Amino acid sequence: MSKTNLSQSRPDNLPKPKIQWGRLEEAEKFAEMVKMFRQGKISRDDLRRFRLQHGAYGSRMTDDYSMIRIKIPAGEVYPEQLEKIAELSESFSIGNAHVSTRQNFQLHWVALEDVSEVMRGLAESGLTSREACGNSVRNVMCSPLAGICPDEIFDPTPYALSTAKFLLRNSMNQSLPRKFKINYTCCEKHGMARIVDVGIIPKRVEINGKMQNGFKIFLGGGLGAQSFVGHQLEEFTPEEDLLYTIIAVIRVYDRMGNRDNMARNRMRYLVNEMGWEKFQNIILKERTMVKLTQSVVIKLDLDKSPQVLRKVSVISEMPSSPPGLARWLKTNTMKQKQQGYSAAFLTLESGDVTASQLRSVADLAREFSAEGTIRNGFVQDIVFRWVRNEDLPQLYARLLNVGLANPGALTMASVVGCSGTTSCNLALTNSHRLAKEVQRKFLEMKLDEDDDLRDSTIKISGCPNSCGQHEIATIGFYGGGGRLGKDMYPLYTMQLGGRADEQSMLGITTTKVPAKRVIPAILKIIEIFKSEKRAGETLNSWIHQVIEGNGNKIKSINDIKELLKPVVMPPTIQQDEDFYIDYGNDASYHTRTGKGECAA
Amino acid sequence: MCCLSKEKTARITVDADTLRSEIRDKSVRVLDIRKEEDYKQGHISGAANFPLSSLLADDSPEKVLQYTQSFGIDDETPVVVYDDTFGALASRVAWTLQYIGHEEVSLLDITYGTWKKLGLETNTESPSFSKKTHSIKLQPQILATYDYLMPAKEKGAVLIDNRERLNFLENHIPGAINIPYRMLASSQNILRSKDELRRFMQNRNISSDSEVITYCGSVGTLSGLGYYALKSIGIPNVKLYVRSFKEWKSLEKPIEKQKDANYWDLSAE
Repeated sequence: MSKTNLSQSRPDNLPKPKIQWGRLEEAEKFAEMVKMFRQGKISRDDLRRFRLQHGAYGSRMTDDYSMIRIKIPAGEVYPEQLEKIAELSESFSIGNAHVSTRQNFQLHWVALEDVSEVMRGLAESGLTSREACGNSVRNVMCSPLAGICPDEIFDPTPYALSTAKFLLRNSMNQSLPRKFKINYTCCEKHGMARIVDVGIIPKRVEINGKMQNGFKIFLGGGLGAQSFVGHQLEEFTPEEDLLYTIIAVIRVYDRMGNRDNMARNRMRYLVNEMGWEKFQNIILKERTMVKLTQSVVIKLDLDKSPQVLRKVSVISEMPSSPPGLARWLKTNTMKQKQQGYSAAFLTLESGDVTASQLRSVADLAREFSAEGTIRNGFVQDIVFRWVRNEDLPQLYARLLNVGLANPGALTMASVVGCSGTTSCNLALTNSHRLAKEVQRKFLEMKLDEDDDLRDSTIKISGCPNSCGQHEIATIGFYGGGGRLGKDMYPLYTMQLGGRADEQSMLGITTTKVPAKRVIPAILKIIEIFKSEKRAGETLNSWIHQVIEGNGNKIKSINDIKELLKPVVMPPTIQQDEDFYIDYGNDASYHTRTGKGECAA
Repeated sequence: MCCLSKEKTARITVDADTLRSEIRDKSVRVLDIRKEEDYKQGHISGAANFPLSSLLADDSPEKVLQYTQSFGIDDETPVVVYDDTFGALASRVAWTLQYIGHEEVSLLDITYGTWKKLGLETNTESPSFSKKTHSIKLQPQILATYDYLMPAKEKGAVLIDNRERLNFLENHIPGAINIPYRMLASSQNILRSKDELRRFMQNRNISSDSEVITYCGSVGTLSGLGYYALKSIGIPNVKLYVRSFKEWKSLEKPIEKQKDANYWDLSAE
């Protein structure tokens, strides 16, 4: 066509994806396998195994639809990839995407027959869903602050990307006893190194008068029906031993992990059953063996080319400052270690974002970020980095236009909720919607502006499995069912005091809280804290004082439980019908679950 | 069913350059399906305004014939239809003309919005047409009525729901499969390439000799686009259930839904 091509003019200094993660052949194979399954030539179980390896979960109560998990190694996404995800969501999903707690994008309710089309589109833009589910090494995470964090020793991003590159499609990890998670983080404060299979934090030490880069590596942590905090392998793992260590750990887990008992097959159980010292020994021996036997060419393909920052030209003058700017600056931005630049965080609701919002994010990344990309965060959020401080008001104004300027991202109002009964087979409650409701309440009450609450978190899972990471929340909840007489109601178990930093610990089970009493219970805890608060205390530090028996009048978690009793008491169905209905439903509550797909 | 020659049925869509030359040759009648006030703001040069609401007020063959004749369309006049609603409204009108027996009707392969973005010719003049005579030869083989669906399904017909995924999950005609209208368009054209559309069908094990019936929410617009998507890849036996789910529900016919899942809560809107 002559005149009929729409060309868009864009700055030509935009970064292009450096790594091509996707493969078109995999999409074609997937389409073939689905056809064969529908023709009865392969079994449902075989298809499931194949499907999961390619990042497609079955949906709640049906495997005619899939949730496609798009891997975003190190959380780094390019604008054109965001636009592709938006397009794929509109064409084949529900017009929304979801940012997960492991930096993935997820598309829900995609017809099984269209999964291959989504894979095709992903491959076109350099992305993949390969090994995003199944018994493989999942998305390799990296703190969204890596490279800009004031506390970091060096930027771990190149290590995260090269680790992901080394392991993707590597035959070593295609059929592990179960899933395997690797997290890189910038510093002790901003990551989750101790609650994953392999957690990695940069460290630098002086050896023979020379500074050497390396890592602190934590093994055997993880959240789930039974959670554990990881153990540090050794004081210091030099950079050149990083890959050997990862290979050694995967090999030992592959060889010795439990393949019989589905409930006990994550690596943390192996570590727990064997005892840390014995496991540590085996790993160190295995690493020696790996070092002696691997070819010298086996190494991480590190891209250490210096970061190219674009010149950003935003007209910063604005006629007047838009409403809510001060609050947003306070609760959604942080200064980078590089003078003059900030990172801006988007508050999403349970990680949900519309296709058109994704397109806006892409445009804004091009316009405002000197690195020209965005990163998915650890708490279902999206982060713009390398924004000039003087451009922040303009960025805020633009976010306001597209409904992405909610405050509270870096505060307790940034509530995490797993997908729950919106799409997951195992869910017992609508944790997804509850997280949205809690967040709305917090923003309405302006609790995001309360400095006493800022370092606390709320995380909600729809079942005892910890996709919502409730165990590392200051106030965490997991879903179940309660009963009064013959009437069932949605019910959460509340845990207090969880954290994933240097003092990592899992939350302590406190009491059961009915779904429709979760918000009052949280508010009650805040009220108790306010009356107890001593100088300098935050909600988070107060709860830890209580756990250690150093509270003011409140001496233990049990005391908090006592004070919550009137709040969590179930009324009869005659007194309060709504109590018996979960969020997002119009009929009375009943539990229904299907078969879990995680372990298939 | 012998009268539709291959060449004539093959032209499902027309690209902008072809239409522009046909407008210059005055060899085509162009229909603009947008609202009257939008049309008055500007439209493709020479286009007549035929708002969908006028059609829907009375879509009996007699009334449609009256409109057709008033636009100066006779049996031989090639007609090109466009809208600014991803081609769905245009499809509904095109289908209706085909139903009363007009053979040569095509969809402009872009929306009016895209036409304007491309900077192609528009004006604000409302042309007048001298009335022509058109025959009526109803084409029942492209129409499905509610009582036709289940017996046809039993004989192997494929029923396609063109509404969005969440609406489909919430309720649909039993046994229908979902191809949301959003799947049909490309970023520039109202219909994707034939290769892509064919692949969607192949992925679903739907062969081109299947009988296929499309429907949508209420008046057969989204499913009209679905109808033309299927015609564009040469599926001969396609029918439009033009009264669609709205009628099906009002008749209290059986409905299927995806139960026990709160999929609406995934929406960020």
